Amino acid sequence: MTELGVGSLPLGDPAFNYQEHELNERLKRLYPAVNEEETPLPRSWSPKDKYSYIGLSQNNLRVHYKGHGKNHKDAASVRATHPIPAACGIYYFEVKIVSKGRDGYMGIGLSAQGVNMNRLPGWDKHSYGYHGDDGHSFCSSGTGQPYGPTFTTGDVIGCCVNLINNTCFYTKNGISLGVAFTDLPPNLYPTVGLQTPGEIVDANFGQQPFVFDIEDYMSEWRAKIHGMIARFPIGERLGEWQAVLQNMVSSYLVHHGYCATATAFARATETMIQEDQTSIKNRQRIQKLVLAGRVGEAIEATQQLYPGLLERNPNLLFMLKCRQFVEMVNGTDSEVRCLTIRSPKSQDSYPGSPCLSPHHGASNTHLHTGGSDSPTCSNGVTPPNKSKSHSSSGSIKYPSASSSASSSSSSSPSSINYSESNSSDSTKSQPHSANSTQETSDSEMEIEAEHYTNGVVEGSSARIMNGTYKHEEILQPDDNSIGNGVTDEVCSHSRQLCGGNQAATERMIQFGRELQALNEQLCQEYGKNTTHKKMLQDAFSLLAYSDPWNCPVGQQLDPTQRESLCSALNSAILASADASARSGHGVCSAHGPSPVWFLLLRQSRQLFALAQVQVIVK
Amino acid sequence: MLTDCLTPTHRKCFRESFFINSLGGRPKPVCDMKNAVIGNNKQKANLIVLGAVPRLLYLLQQSSSSMELRTECAVVLGSLAMGTENNIKSLVDCHIIPALLQGLLSPDLVFIEACLRCLRTVFISPVTPVQLLYTDPTVIPHLMSLLSNSLRTQEYITQIFSHCCKTPEHQTILFNHGAIQNIAPLLISPSYKVRMQALKCFSVLAYENTQVSMTLVNGEELFFFYFLSSFSPLMCFFSSSVLVDGELLTQVFVKMMQRDQPIEMQLTAAKCLTYMCRASAIRTDDSCIVLKTLPCLVRMCSKEHLLEERVEGAETLAYLMEPDVELQRIASTTDHLVAMLADYFKYPSSVSAITDIKRLDHDLKHAHELRQAAFKLYASLGSNDEEIRKKITETENMMDRIVSGLSESSIKVRLAAVRCLHSLSRSVQQLRTSFHDHAVWKPLMKLLQNAPDEVLVMASSTLCNLLLEFSPSKEPILESGVMELLCSLTQSDSPALRVNGIWALMNMAFQADQKVKVEIVRCLGTEQLFRLLSDPDTNVLMKTLGLLRNLLSQRAHIDQVMSSHGKQIMQAVTLILEAEHSIEVKEQTLCILVNIADGNTAKDLIMTNDDMLQKIKYYMGHSNVKLQLAATFCVSNLIWNEEDGSQERQDKLREMGFVDILHKLTQSSEPNLSDRAKTALQQYLA
Repeated sequence: MTELGVGSLPLGDPAFNYQEHELNERLKRLYPAVNEEETPLPRSWSPKDKYSYIGLSQNNLRVHYKGHGKNHKDAASVRATHPIPAACGIYYFEVKIVSKGRDGYMGIGLSAQGVNMNRLPGWDKHSYGYHGDDGHSFCSSGTGQPYGPTFTTGDVIGCCVNLINNTCFYTKNGISLGVAFTDLPPNLYPTVGLQTPGEIVDANFGQQPFVFDIEDYMSEWRAKIHGMIARFPIGERLGEWQAVLQNMVSSYLVHHGYCATATAFARATETMIQEDQTSIKNRQRIQKLVLAGRVGEAIEATQQLYPGLLERNPNLLFMLKCRQFVEMVNGTDSEVRCLTIRSPKSQDSYPGSPCLSPHHGASNTHLHTGGSDSPTCSNGVTPPNKSKSHSSSGSIKYPSASSSASSSSSSSPSSINYSESNSSDSTKSQPHSANSTQETSDSEMEIEAEHYTNGVVEGSSARIMNGTYKHEEILQPDDNSIGNGVTDEVCSHSRQLCGGNQAATERMIQFGRELQALNEQLCQEYGKNTTHKKMLQDAFSLLAYSDPWNCPVGQQLDPTQRESLCSALNSAILASADASARSGHGVCSAHGPSPVWFLLLRQSRQLFALAQVQVIVK
Repeated sequence: MLTDCLTPTHRKCFRESFFINSLGGRPKPVCDMKNAVIGNNKQKANLIVLGAVPRLLYLLQQSSSSMELRTECAVVLGSLAMGTENNIKSLVDCHIIPALLQGLLSPDLVFIEACLRCLRTVFISPVTPVQLLYTDPTVIPHLMSLLSNSLRTQEYITQIFSHCCKTPEHQTILFNHGAIQNIAPLLISPSYKVRMQALKCFSVLAYENTQVSMTLVNGEELFFFYFLSSFSPLMCFFSSSVLVDGELLTQVFVKMMQRDQPIEMQLTAAKCLTYMCRASAIRTDDSCIVLKTLPCLVRMCSKEHLLEERVEGAETLAYLMEPDVELQRIASTTDHLVAMLADYFKYPSSVSAITDIKRLDHDLKHAHELRQAAFKLYASLGSNDEEIRKKITETENMMDRIVSGLSESSIKVRLAAVRCLHSLSRSVQQLRTSFHDHAVWKPLMKLLQNAPDEVLVMASSTLCNLLLEFSPSKEPILESGVMELLCSLTQSDSPALRVNGIWALMNMAFQADQKVKVEIVRCLGTEQLFRLLSDPDTNVLMKTLGLLRNLLSQRAHIDQVMSSHGKQIMQAVTLILEAEHSIEVKEQTLCILVNIADGNTAKDLIMTNDDMLQKIKYYMGHSNVKLQLAATFCVSNLIWNEEDGSQERQDKLREMGFVDILHKLTQSSEPNLSDRAKTALQQYLA
């Protein structure tokens, strides 16, 4: 089993050429939409991207283990040369177990670039595997789930990634074992891992016919998507393609909360925006807050505007809180910023938390939801939700002295100073509600924008509002406009922990404890969650370094890390609105045909991989 | 009543134009009638009451009326047939079928199509006696010959065939008239309906029919035919396999199962292949079964399909893998099937109850079907493999579901649930654990009361397993007074029930205490016991002998039973040993003698019976080792040293020449037998 590179093969070897030819033909047939000049397909294991205990041979298709194999610390993996291109739509490869070696601890699966190779696939974040010894599936976790049968010498294991619905299933000797993973991230590499001496596996990236009839599976999805396109309800709008396309663009803009553009687009095309302006702006405001690192405020705003949403998504809440902690370290979250920067805005934003008392929270909610786009969300329903949220996040206690002061200053204006364009952050959503009852027009927009500029004069928030409503830049992630504002301030403090403020640091530590408590509580309710544990660990590790920005876990502080969380929150809000609309509660105005279009837009590449163009034209 | 439905004009039209002036050949009134009844069941019923049917039939049969009129008549009749079941009944009572079949002899294609359409509608109704298609032997060949005429004739005729092929006789008639060769080309018809109906035809033809299935695979049966009549060169034509567009039928079916085909087609093609496999025409390890048919059927069980499709998929899959453990293993790991089936119990779902009544109604209608299909599939999955049984019992609430299934109102569900329970009861581990935990014996006992035979067979068979010695349910079942029930089962007309009854008693008697044994004998009655010993069913005989063996198991028990029933038992044993029986039966009988010889006083019943001793001697020299061994055991017990009177018995047997035989047996190549003979001889030395 000497290592053979591709180059060491004699050129013009007819067998090799034939195999190469067959591989090209098969890949072309399976993945016609992939442009290999842009996104090459995996064709062999990478001699570079592997652990040292892995040996490669036979054109880098055969993998054998050459370590000690004493325990799991001796595990070793290898990734394919390239990640799976999104344009595949459906991707498939097979691995034949040539020998199970000593113990048969083999893992077959997927992993993202950079995942530790001294492990079996599935043990780490962004890594997924199906293991031969116990037949369990490992989804970014050290503990597996019962999944399928065990596999051993002579078996052929296939792994299929469905990039349309982001799932993965395995096959054993040509039989599908059912879905193993959902919500897969993009750009995964085919990966195998071995752990004991004598283990040898051969990969088939298309060099040979597959045991499983993957083309049949693909044909099913092709038929499904053709059917979806063919059956897409057009009804009376038949022929009004312009309107359909405009609707498509409009719903895309609305989905991402590009409110001004959406309005401008609606004006130019003389169409209506389906979602309530207020609702779009609410979502966008929340997104802005997250992107600006003001996660605490984002949580508050979400709790006010979409009561019950975070309670229903405890994982999302936890992620948000974790992020809030990170932002505290960063000095960007308002809870610590208010202690470091004297500005009316931040002062108000701190006590503005509706979490302070169940009573206030409930009344706020009622007021806001009543005024905005969820008229059926009755008072009778929300308070229990609210109070539940308090009991669940009951560990959150604010410093008592300021809390009593702030609670009166924040919650009472929120109900009284309704029309005074109060600068309080907690009431910021009210002008929306007020507007939403009126007809939305261009002049309204102006007034509305003034509410903000008037209300929030100082601090970076002013820039947020400008950025949001005045400039067209909003189509890009607004890190620049907000981020600048934030980093300016942070820089002026030469990037110290919590902006270098003692009180802020204390507040942060306390928040950390609360977070820990929340994690334990979630563990009790929903069982252990390794992702949470890891997230928490990573966040707390920041404190271990004198300069968190330049430490191994410092990556977390990068503002770009906010983006995924931001889109998760946005999706959750849309999903809840959509769900409630479907279940007939009518909380949110109708999205029209948008869900399908979102799917088409989001996954256009994957879909086009399967849907031939003439069908769409037809 | 008529005035409500028919306008005066209509009535006038029907009465005057139609009834009085009809032979003129103008179809106008009939056409009006057609328009009046379309889509209106009430109108249809009224027209039938008015006596339109005989009149229409009369017109239809008149060769003097114009083709146009006759066709219109057939169309109106077809329209009437589309109504309620009562309509169909009236039409059939008016002898519409022979009239329409007669019409098929016409040369006019449009008329033929109209007749066929009407026939099709009549025959697909469950109220029409299928036999009517076969009363005239010329009908089937004529239908076969019409197949080539048009897409419509193809669709209607194949649909008639697939609905009228219900028995092996029907299959044979259609087969003998070349159904396979005639219908096979339709599988690649440009019309989807024709393809689908042709496929359905094959599925009903192949069901439990080896001849058809073999022909579908390779035309082997016809090949055989060819040899029989090898003198005729014409027969060579049949020797080739059935090909469609250069492909074997199996390949065509596999293509129809492709995942982008309509679900109905995938499912029916899978059924065809399943039936062909079960009829032994395709091996169970053939890739078209393992890699295509089985996964296709598993897919049909998934949530995304219609409830009807899921039921059919599960039932077909259960049937496919019933006899093959390897298929069961594969299915159990395919697409989380075991977990997927748990969804079958979630109808009507709580969501459907809230959201809309229509859906709730639909769910309710299918809920029973879904449950019984799931139970059947679980039963099939778990019939052999212990690992799979474990997986099934570990499925959410599985045991609870079975328990409640046992007492459901639908007999189909009860039967399927008890089948499932029976399948799982083959597991020692499950008997000891989940079966006991969920007290499954309780609903099972309830089910046994007044159940129809098919349920009774399954339930009593399950009970047999629950009465096994290591089953913790044995005690409570005994206490629940099951004895009477089991004894009554042994008097059933059905051999399966007799076997189960006596089997359960046998299990019950195994290592039981004296009280239970006495109770069994008392309850069963010696008369019945000896009647069972002459049962025509070998299984019953074997289990009855087993029961006797278990009754005669401890010395004290042996003596007691033999003292009260010795004479009859010895008689029965003699009879069986003298009669023509299989080796197993004789061995079992000799084992009873072995037990009797182990008793204290019971021994004498053998020792004083020279005839019996001769028989034992005979079996010691039998060609079958098992019988030799049993006979030797018996002798060994008789001459055992430590017991009273052993000396006399030894002497007697020596006189009869047993010692010589024992010496001979020590030379046997069978180690068991020679050892046993040596042990026996040692008794003489001591």
